Amino acid sequence: MKKERPVNTIPLIKRMAVAPHIVWAILFIIAPLLFTAYFAFTDKSGNFTLSNIRGLANDNYIKIFSRSVILALIATVVCLIIAYPISYVISKYKGNKQKVMIMLIMLPMWTNLLIRTYSWMAILEDTGFLNTILGYVGIGPLHMINTEQAVIFGMIYNFLPYMILPIYSVMSKLDKSLTEVAADLGCNNFKIMTKITLPLTKSGIVSGITMVFVPSISTFYISQKLGGGNFDLIGDTIERQFQVANNYNLGASISLVLMIIILISMAVMNHFADSDEGGMVV
Amino acid sequence: MKTAAKIYTALIFLFLYAPIIVMVLFSFNASNSTGIFTGFSFKWYVELFKNSHAFEALKNTLLLAVCSSVIATLIGTSAAVGIHSMKNRYLKRSIMSATNIPIMNPDIVTGISMMLLFVFVGLLFHYDDKLSFWTVLIAHITFNLPYVILSVLPKFKQMDKHLPEAALDLGCTPLQAFFKIELPEIAPGILTGLIMAFTLSLDDFIISYFTTGSGFQTLPIFIFSMTKKRVTPDIYALSTLIFICILVLLILYNFSSSKQKNENKNKRRD
Repeated sequence: MKKERPVNTIPLIKRMAVAPHIVWAILFIIAPLLFTAYFAFTDKSGNFTLSNIRGLANDNYIKIFSRSVILALIATVVCLIIAYPISYVISKYKGNKQKVMIMLIMLPMWTNLLIRTYSWMAILEDTGFLNTILGYVGIGPLHMINTEQAVIFGMIYNFLPYMILPIYSVMSKLDKSLTEVAADLGCNNFKIMTKITLPLTKSGIVSGITMVFVPSISTFYISQKLGGGNFDLIGDTIERQFQVANNYNLGASISLVLMIIILISMAVMNHFADSDEGGMVV
Repeated sequence: MKTAAKIYTALIFLFLYAPIIVMVLFSFNASNSTGIFTGFSFKWYVELFKNSHAFEALKNTLLLAVCSSVIATLIGTSAAVGIHSMKNRYLKRSIMSATNIPIMNPDIVTGISMMLLFVFVGLLFHYDDKLSFWTVLIAHITFNLPYVILSVLPKFKQMDKHLPEAALDLGCTPLQAFFKIELPEIAPGILTGLIMAFTLSLDDFIISYFTTGSGFQTLPIFIFSMTKKRVTPDIYALSTLIFICILVLLILYNFSSSKQKNENKNKRRD
């Protein structure tokens, strides 16, 4: 006679399998964040203080914070404008071609970000590649490097694939019969786009925006190389506190503010995304 | 309309590949300029093979990527097993949100927060060499973990729940059922997680930058210190070689997978 096995019991070893991860997460995910908060609210000798945070309320830091938000916002919006049509075009290709094109979009990301940014520097310089070519046709030289636009350009270049991939992945799974039905029922292309395709690909847009905005607002390499150090972003100030000035307390408090800015931005975005959805149901 | 789409696609690809074309072109430059092409030569490739620092950094990067991706895959897969078999919803949700933190947080914050932890612990134990290979390894495992878990978990959800139950009914021990039935089912997810972790680790600059000490240099950090001065084209040569390796791997992968598909098709026809 077989032993009766209680239904739905999960062996202990399986339930314990998550234990190493929990220990790891507490030690190396949660604890570091607590340490960041600890350093942000203490001075060099470890006494509680608010002066780090209060020190950020001056014009200089406010300028850096607002510049970071504005540049990251512009980069995100431009990425969305560029990425949406290209995702649409790619999703219309046949299966195999589609796969190759997505591979080609991802391929540049495997070349180091530093090298690609440096390469842009070589292209955009006053005596760089682009000005050499423009010189042959009698234009220029144009001053492109070390401007705010060059920083935005670098963000768009580096993070564009992060916008294309999520939008494409939603778009390629879109049920084609929906747009056909809409066309049969007399929708023109514009209406199909605004009433069917856009609302159904919103989840891709939302994750694309997050994936571009977060690295854009926290970058430091792009602004140093393409902005020539003239346009400090939040990332630059954090990097300087940790690698040059060795003021960990100030660096930690700037990081804390950065996290708060990102959380607020995400909340605003989710608010808009949700309220749109509500409107759609009505 | 169709030509417009084609032109647009071509422009996007030109944009994405422009710096890579420049990189490849100037790796063959005869002079050390990265602006004016003066003539074709293999000079910088010869220079590169003399540059022992670059190879040391490349070796470190590969070592770090292999170690961190394998360890993250082991911990992450076992975590996915545990999370999947978890009944307590509240606990499940809090574990998942903690897991997602490194994905949601900007890399610079992940990097400095880990650095602060290491520095603090180092001060506590009066340990001088606070940042080393081990601290970077811990950091890389940490940011790889969520990607492994997120690629394994969906495979559990896709799996037919009755499969392991059937195995148990047919006399398998729970462990046998796991290794014979569940593991093969989730294997593709584990492989995806491993590859993802490996490439993320290879490519990471920001987190390594804050968590490594002077003794351990990865390739991105080596490149960063090079780009602080004027870059010589030997770094372009190295990047060109890496780019070509990845391109060849991708083509081989695509070729083999499409061949496999064709074979499957033919089999079905037979």
